Amino acid sequence: MFRAFWPFALALCAASATAGEVTSFDLKNGLKVVVIEDHRAPVVTQMVWYKAGSADEKPGVSGIAHFLEHLMFKGTDTVAPGDFSKIVEANGGSDNAFTSSDYTGYFQRIAADRLEMVMKMEADRMRNLKLSEDDWKTELQVIIEERNQRTDSDPGAIFSEQRRAAQFLNHPYGTPIIGWRHEMEGLTRQDALDWYRTYYAPNDAVLVIAGDVMPDKVKALAETYYGPLAPSDGIGERKRPQEPAQLSERRMSFKDPRVAQPYVTRSYIAPERDASDQKKAAALTILAAALGGSSQTSILSKALQFDQKIALYAYAGYDGTSYDDTTFDLAVAPAPGVSLADAEKAMDAVLADVMKNGIPAEQFARIKTQIRAENIYAEDSVASLARRYGEALTTGLTIADVQEWPAVLDAVTQEDVLAAAAEVLDRRRAVTGWMMPEGATDNTTELMQ
Amino acid sequence: MIRAIFAAAFAVAAAFPAQAAVQIQELTSPGGIRAWLVEEHSLPFTALEIRFEGGTSLDAPGKRGATLLMTSLLEEGAGKMSSQDFATAREGLAADLSFDATDDAVTVSAQMLTENRDQVVALLKSALTEPRFDQDAIDRVRAQIESIIRQDETDPSAIAGQSFDQLAFGDHPYGSSKYGTLDSLAALTRDDMIAAKAATMSREHISVAAVGDIDAATLGKLIDDLLGSLPAKGAAMPPHATLGLTGGVTVTDFDSPQSVVSFGQAGIKRDDPDFFAAYVLNHILGGDGFSARLMDEVREKRGLTYGIGSYLVPMNLAETWQGSFSSANEKVAEAIAVTRKVWADVAANGVTDKELEAAKTYLTGSFPLRFDGNGRIAGILVGMMAEGLPASYVNDRNGYVEAVTLEDVKRVAQRLMTPDALRFVVVGKPVGLATTN
Repeated sequence: MFRAFWPFALALCAASATAGEVTSFDLKNGLKVVVIEDHRAPVVTQMVWYKAGSADEKPGVSGIAHFLEHLMFKGTDTVAPGDFSKIVEANGGSDNAFTSSDYTGYFQRIAADRLEMVMKMEADRMRNLKLSEDDWKTELQVIIEERNQRTDSDPGAIFSEQRRAAQFLNHPYGTPIIGWRHEMEGLTRQDALDWYRTYYAPNDAVLVIAGDVMPDKVKALAETYYGPLAPSDGIGERKRPQEPAQLSERRMSFKDPRVAQPYVTRSYIAPERDASDQKKAAALTILAAALGGSSQTSILSKALQFDQKIALYAYAGYDGTSYDDTTFDLAVAPAPGVSLADAEKAMDAVLADVMKNGIPAEQFARIKTQIRAENIYAEDSVASLARRYGEALTTGLTIADVQEWPAVLDAVTQEDVLAAAAEVLDRRRAVTGWMMPEGATDNTTELMQ
Repeated sequence: MIRAIFAAAFAVAAAFPAQAAVQIQELTSPGGIRAWLVEEHSLPFTALEIRFEGGTSLDAPGKRGATLLMTSLLEEGAGKMSSQDFATAREGLAADLSFDATDDAVTVSAQMLTENRDQVVALLKSALTEPRFDQDAIDRVRAQIESIIRQDETDPSAIAGQSFDQLAFGDHPYGSSKYGTLDSLAALTRDDMIAAKAATMSREHISVAAVGDIDAATLGKLIDDLLGSLPAKGAAMPPHATLGLTGGVTVTDFDSPQSVVSFGQAGIKRDDPDFFAAYVLNHILGGDGFSARLMDEVREKRGLTYGIGSYLVPMNLAETWQGSFSSANEKVAEAIAVTRKVWADVAANGVTDKELEAAKTYLTGSFPLRFDGNGRIAGILVGMMAEGLPASYVNDRNGYVEAVTLEDVKRVAQRLMTPDALRFVVVGKPVGLATTN
C-alpha cells in the first residue's frame, strides 16, 4: 500500500493519554502552567502557546500572526537579533515555532539541566521584543518566499486555500494562516508591534514543560522568570465573526498544468470539541476513522479501491481540536479512466449506505481497540503529549477534557455515529472541489442535474 | 556497564548528558542472527526494526521499480490471508507494521503490544515469508505508484532531485527514480516480485534491533521464529557509483513563481578518518537550525529564501555533499551567487574558533536528545549496525566530535570543498541564469 495523497493537512488525532504524570497551576499574572513528567531520558521540552492565531487577526492584516512568529527571533535588550536559536543550539538544543488559526507556539528541546536558561529567554521575549528597521523588512521577504514555496508553488495548496475561503464566508478561518499575498506585502513593523503588545502576555499564554522535570522545580522557575511579567489589558472575550447558516451547496473546480493526479474533495462544516461537551466530536472522530482511517479496510477504501476498483486513494479526516466550528473532510483520487463525476457519485453512494446501515460491527470494534492501543503508543513521545495539551488549552478545552477524551471516544455507540453523520454529511453545508489538469473537461455542473 | 553510568552522571553535572541514556545488549539468536536490544519495561509495547541492506539498488536490469513495488505489496496479502484479511488482522491486534524501500535498504518497522506479541509476530512472519503477490493487489498498488510517477513529472522539487541524481550517478541505480518509469513499472510481473524479494530480503545483510518490553531470551526466540526461514543469501551488491558531477548550472524550464534548486559536489565516505571533521564542517556551513553560514547569509541577511541547508550524503555506494533551497525567479541567481561565495570562502579560510566550539556543543548536546522513544531508538540502533559501528559507539561518538580541531576542519575543507565543481540544478523560470556545461 502506498500512502502519498493527502489533499487536507489534517491528521486523525485518535486519542489522548491518561497515564503520565500531569500537574497544572496558574501564576498570579494569569499564566497557566502544565507539567508532564517523563523521566526515561534527561531531556525536556518547553512550549509556550499564545491564544492568538490567524483567526484572531483584524481584517486587512492577514498573516500578521505568522509574521510576528518569525519576528520573535529578532532579539530583546539582552539577546541580540538571531541569537535566540544560536544560544539554544550552542547548548545542544533545538527550537522552532508554529502558527495556526487558533494559536501560536514556540518550543525548545534541550537537556533537562538547561531548562532554566530557556525559561529565562522565553519569558524575556514574551514582553521585551525589539524590532529594528532592517530586521523586519528582511523577514517580510522571508515570509513571502515561504508563501512562494509552500502555497504558490503547489497547486494542491492553492486549491486548498481557495476551498477554505469558500467554506467560511464570514468566519476568519477562511483567510489563510500565512496571509493573502497582497496583504502580506503591506504588513509593517507597527502592525507587528500592535499584535505583539495585545496578545503576548502571561494572561494569554499557556506554558507546557514536558520531560525529565519535577513540578515543584518548574513552579519555582516559572515564578522567578514568568511571574514578574505584566499581564496585557488588551485581552477581551475571544469572539470571532461566526458563519451564517449555509443553505446551498458550494462547488468549485481548479485547473493547473502542474496537476498530474485529479481528485475530488468534499468538506462539510462540522462542530468541534467543546469543553465538557466532546461527545459529538468523538462520534465524528470515529466516523472519520471508519470511512478513511485505514488504507485497506476503511469503508471508502474498501468500496472504491477494492470492490469497485475505481479509485487509487480515498481519504476521510476530522480533527475536532478547534476553537470554532471546523470541517469534516473527504477526498477520492479516481483510477485512470474514471471521471471525477463518477468518483464523486460513487463516494456519495458509499456515504448514503453508511448513513442507512451504519458501520460494520467488527470494524467498529477494531477501531475501538486501536484507539485504546494508541493511548499506550502515545506515551512514548512526551513531546507529542505536550503538543496535545497546548493545543487543547488554546482552543477552549481544559486539562480534564484532554484526559477524558479517550473515555469519551470509547463510549461512542453506533447510534452516536449515525446521528452525527446525519447531522454533518449534508451537501447543502459542504464545499465540493474538483482538482484537474489543464485542459480537462469541466463537467462539474452535470452532477447538479 | 556500571562505569558507563558513572561517566554519564558526571557529564550531566559538568554540562549536559554527553552520553545517551541507553544500555545496549548485543545478542546472537540461537539460530545465529545478530540483534541489539534495549530493554524498557515502563510501557507495555516493543518497537522492532529490521533492515535488509541493498534496497532498490538491487533492481534487476530492466526491472526498475520492482523492489519498491514488492515492498509495498508485503502487507497486501500473505499465506491464507487476502489484503483485506491481513489489514483486518493487524488492526484487530492494534499493531503498527510498515514496510519501505530506499536506495540502500528494505526496512521493516513494527510496534506491538506485549499482550498479543506472539500473534503480531506470526502475522509479520507471514508477510515476510509467504507474501501472496496477488495479481489484483499488484495492479492496484502499481496504479498508485504510477500516479506518483506522473505527479513527480510536474513537481519541481522531484524534477530537481531526479535531474541532480541523473547528472551525479548516470546509469547507476542511484541515477534513476526508485519508483521506476511508467514503462518499466508496466512490464513488472508476479515472478519479478518473487525475484525481487529473493534478491533483497535475506539473512545475509540483515540488521535487527528491538527496544521495549522484552528480554534477550524472548527476543532471540522471536527473531529465529520470524526470520530463520528467510534465504541465507541474496543478490550481490551493485558496484560503487562513479560520480559524474561537474561544476556549473543546469536549468529546467518550469512555469512557477519560484525556482527550486538542488546543488552538490563529491562527499566523503562514512568510514573515512576525516568524516567527523567533515560532519562538523557541514554543520557550520549548512546544518540544522538558524545559525549555519548558508542560512545566515541567504535567509537571515538577505531574505532570499525561506530555508537553505546542506548535508553530507554517505550512501552505501556513493558519497555526495548536497544542498537545496527555493527562491523567487528574480532572486535565484543572487541566491546561487551567495551560496557559491560562502562555499568558496569556507574552502579557502575554514571556520572560526567560535563557530567550531558552538558546533561541537550543539552536536554533542543534541546527540543524546535523539534517544527519546522506543521506535526512534530502535531506528538509530539498526542504522548503527548497518554501518558496521560497535554498540559502544553511542558512548564514544561525542568523543569523536570533541576531538575535531580547527586545523582538522581547515584541512578537510581544503581537501573536500570544490566550489568550482559545485553543480546547481535549477527548476523554474530563473531570471539571468542559463545552463552551462
